[in-house]
Amino acid sequence: MNLLLQIKNLQTLLHTGPAPVMAVDGLSLQIMQGETFALLGESGCGKSMTALSVMRLLPETGEIIAGSIRIGGEDLLLLPEADMRNVRGKRISMIFQEPMLSLNPVMTVAEQIGEVLRRHFNLRGVAQHQRVLEILNQVGIPDADRRMEEYPFQFSGGMKQRVMIAMALAGEPELLIADEPTTALDVTIQAQVLDLMRDLQKRSGMSILLITHDLGVVAEMAHKVAVMYAGQIIEMATREEFFHNPSHPYSHKLFASLPAKNKRDRGLAVISGTVPPLSREFIGCRFADRCDHAWDLCRTTMPGWSEVTSGHQVKCHLFDQDNGSRAPSSVKAVEGTPQRASVLQSDCSILELLRVTDLKVYFPIQKGLMKRVVGHVKAVDGVSLTIPRGGTLALVGESGCGKTTVGKGILQLIRPTAGSVLYDGLELVGLERRQLREKRAEFQIIFQDPYSSLNPRMRIVDIIEEGMNALNVRGKPVSAGDKPSSSERWEVDALLQRVGLPPETKWRYPHEFSGGQRQRIAIARALAVNPRLLICDEPTSALDVSVQAQILNLLKELQNGLGLSYLFITHNISVVEYLADEVAVMYLGRIVERGSMDEVMGSPQHPYTQALLSAVPVIGPDLKREVIRLHGDLPSPANPPAGCHFHPRCPKVMPVCHEIYPEASSFSFTHTAHCHLYTQK
Amino acid sequence: MLFKPVILWTDALIYLLVMVALVFVWYVRRNEHMLVPWRRVGHSASGMASLTVLVFFMSIGLLDTVHFRPAIENGSNSEKVYSVEVLSLLDIIATPLRTRVEKTYSAPFAAHLYARETIELPDGAQMREFPRLQFGGAHLQDPATQLTNDVAERATTGLALGLLSWCLVLTLLSVSLARRDSATLSFTLSAIRRGDTEVPWNAVLATLALMFMSIGVALMLSTHYHIFGTDKVGQDVFYQSLKSIRTGLVIGTLTTLMMLPFALLLGIMAGYFRGWVDDVIQYIYTTLSSIPGVLLIAAAVLMMQVYMETHPELFDTIAARADLRLLFLCIILGVTSWTGLCRLLRGETLKLREMEYIQAAHAFGVSHWRIISRHILPNVMHIVLIATVMDFSGLVLAEAVLSYVGVGVDPSMISFGTMINAARLEMAREPMVWWALLSAFGFMFALVLSANLFADAVQDAFNPRVRTWPLQARKLQRRGREQYSKDKTVEAEIKGSHSP
Repeated sequence: MNLLLQIKNLQTLLHTGPAPVMAVDGLSLQIMQGETFALLGESGCGKSMTALSVMRLLPETGEIIAGSIRIGGEDLLLLPEADMRNVRGKRISMIFQEPMLSLNPVMTVAEQIGEVLRRHFNLRGVAQHQRVLEILNQVGIPDADRRMEEYPFQFSGGMKQRVMIAMALAGEPELLIADEPTTALDVTIQAQVLDLMRDLQKRSGMSILLITHDLGVVAEMAHKVAVMYAGQIIEMATREEFFHNPSHPYSHKLFASLPAKNKRDRGLAVISGTVPPLSREFIGCRFADRCDHAWDLCRTTMPGWSEVTSGHQVKCHLFDQDNGSRAPSSVKAVEGTPQRASVLQSDCSILELLRVTDLKVYFPIQKGLMKRVVGHVKAVDGVSLTIPRGGTLALVGESGCGKTTVGKGILQLIRPTAGSVLYDGLELVGLERRQLREKRAEFQIIFQDPYSSLNPRMRIVDIIEEGMNALNVRGKPVSAGDKPSSSERWEVDALLQRVGLPPETKWRYPHEFSGGQRQRIAIARALAVNPRLLICDEPTSALDVSVQAQILNLLKELQNGLGLSYLFITHNISVVEYLADEVAVMYLGRIVERGSMDEVMGSPQHPYTQALLSAVPVIGPDLKREVIRLHGDLPSPANPPAGCHFHPRCPKVMPVCHEIYPEASSFSFTHTAHCHLYTQK
Repeated sequence: MLFKPVILWTDALIYLLVMVALVFVWYVRRNEHMLVPWRRVGHSASGMASLTVLVFFMSIGLLDTVHFRPAIENGSNSEKVYSVEVLSLLDIIATPLRTRVEKTYSAPFAAHLYARETIELPDGAQMREFPRLQFGGAHLQDPATQLTNDVAERATTGLALGLLSWCLVLTLLSVSLARRDSATLSFTLSAIRRGDTEVPWNAVLATLALMFMSIGVALMLSTHYHIFGTDKVGQDVFYQSLKSIRTGLVIGTLTTLMMLPFALLLGIMAGYFRGWVDDVIQYIYTTLSSIPGVLLIAAAVLMMQVYMETHPELFDTIAARADLRLLFLCIILGVTSWTGLCRLLRGETLKLREMEYIQAAHAFGVSHWRIISRHILPNVMHIVLIATVMDFSGLVLAEAVLSYVGVGVDPSMISFGTMINAARLEMAREPMVWWALLSAFGFMFALVLSANLFADAVQDAFNPRVRTWPLQARKLQRRGREQYSKDKTVEAEIKGSHSP
């Protein structure tokens, strides 16, 4: 194999604050032809800046101050800008994270791909049309001849990402940089896109620089893996070697902080502290402050590369020949401490806290001047579920299937169209605003995006007290003579401590906190009114793996301590396996399968559940599995397919599926699925 | 009592506005997150320079706002009688300008009238010539030879005085800065010169230097000359320009005050409640904004004018009548101009109401009113601020246009618009009278330009997408590059020393 890309000692500065930020600091790597090189790291570690440096597309404030980037022997950093334009899109192409934002909405797909062809191959007219068609067929766009004249809004998310890939491929690049290519996509679509990329690589022999934070995607795609931390690569190995024998303490921690089924009974390992700001000067190892194995040397001397095995390098003093003997003998990630199993759960699981029956939320589609209702978007179409006291029900499904609407419908944030929500025996649907307010303290919600869920103009103390004031929940007075206001303050302190934040932070504003800390504040705000049911709407999907572990630990701890019930809305299967007691799988506004966690995850019955589970990337070096391919995308809930909603994508479709929506079939006392494959009740 | 204080309607509203502004400043100082963007305004050189000019205009406007009626001497009667003329503090300060009225037009720095007059000579013969002015250059024996020297002499004295007072300000400022930072005086001075201070004092001081010098010159000269000439009835144009500032400021600020309640309440309500409330409000502002604004304003002003003329007993002075007309003009302008901001606020509220913190507030059962006042209002304030600052200059110009059309302020009230309106005839005269238009233009230009520059700085500071580190970042970038090239040369040297 020939060497394609060689980066040597790349240093990129960002002038965004009072002190310059060293986003990439002395990064060196080599990519061979036809190889997939994965750059793995958490947000803010400089992955994307590396990619942008290679393309020389840094933002205004960015600057490459040292290093060389050679592709096929030519140093990109020495090229004049005009020549660089011949490299971009031709020799190196890039796919971005958000397919919705990286296509121009006012140009047809053919025009956008044609632009590349015109620029680099001077193709016009019929020849260009032919080539566009060919490329679109290559990336698997059905009916490409017709669809190439359509605009991006007429494509679904997965299709848009295919178009992006087609655009990137149009220049027949030697190197494809994929910056989180599947992060914005659902697992089933992610599997399709990853398949496609692997396929194309096999055919054209291009190299891929894959930038991701997802260990699963790395395990699926990469030949070589480099782990980035705080602007530097700290470990580099082949995929097999990396997954068999991760060496750097940080890599260990990353693996340990992944939620999984076998870690249910204990807390997840967390990396203490946060990533150090890159604007500061480093003397020793950048990970030393958060490392369990750090000793004096780590704080004073920057570690160099040490060879673990041939081709497996790591930047850590533990593997240094000279110092190795002084290091603690075994490097094993410290697993999280076992947690007390929930006692409440077994006692009260018979008692249900919430029973939702046949919940429907329709959004009217209005047309014309008089706003005539011409149809309904059936976001939630007859969902029934129960949540036991102190238990966790996970609601799983792809984006757009109505999971979030179920959560809001239960809280009456959106008025349901029909159905009933019985909370502790009280019917919530149709309650007056005033009556509902009295019950509001009982059930609360935690949102997905910790950045938009806190008012940027309010202090933490005001944010937390807001609910207490609105619902007249008073903290327990510390002593009899205490004024209510001071006991409230005391309550805020206690809440912040409960979620692991120092009480002094209450005087600050949300923008001073990191994503994980904000999510803790959001949890504290919900806890302030002493709820019994928490609806968690993808609370960890915007967070890094190590931060996710902290939040999951916190949620588990709170459940054990306070006996909370959770409705956990998520698309992350491993989180479900770690946290949930029961699982309901949702597809297009309806629940297709439900049962206890073991039943649904262990022996999924519905074809959709099976496909969903098989599409989840497995983390491990050599676990080969059969992925059940789903064709197409989620249909629009405004116009669901007749019969079983899943039949257009189902691999096991039968004639009856086109006509009748299947009734529930029971497999055990708790496990049911809606599918014609099984005998109906 | 030597005078009787008079508080006109617009005066009262201006006092209210000043109070609101003071409360706002006090509130901002207490809230760190609101202070941050204002600090960024403070870091902008153009913003601070234009603010300096604005402060000058505002202080003139405020001086012109304190109204009273002076007592009239009438010997025997013990009862005090007050003049029907309402004067302001500015009028008192500028008494020489106000009272030294010539017969008719005279050019700037002239000692003679601009028109020939028939003069009867002592011997009974008649002769047409340019008569001497009553006040302008009256101290000169022979204007033809002395005028230039006298003007130059006085201008130089003015410049020197201006510089002297500027030096005084500089010393005071640097002493207080040095004391605050506990640094030496020379260090502070050089920091100011280099522009290394947090607030760009060098830009402020440069503006101040220019302003002080021109004020000094104007003060020295205006006591003996009409520096901007006189108008048709012989009034000093410089005095008129100074008086116009208040009218412009009142229109610019009070109109906003009138418009804000409409825009805020209706815009947020439409965005927050949606449904039929939104429909009704949208219909109202779409209808309103499709009627030509000038037509609506003209109709309202003319109706009011007729009412005022038929009820003269309602006003005890001319000033009161002119003032009420000004206030009505503000109200009418406000009523017709809230639609733009309302639309902006509706859009922003539509976006905000879907934010998760609003949803969370709903989940806590927080009342609509509290959600609007605690969550939505603070988050749209930056838009309100930017819009009002941007609108200000537009409104000052609008007054000029309306007065020109004849539906603006009362003819007895001096404003940029009435000055420009008068200039219509003057420009058609031969020889042309150009100074009135030019000075109205100059003052208005300075006011509007500084307001616009300040608005720009405010907008940049409140726009989260614009990072305002330009000066510092540029410096750093340069430093980085220098460092890099230095490293390169060192590297080359090392290589060079190795190769042989």
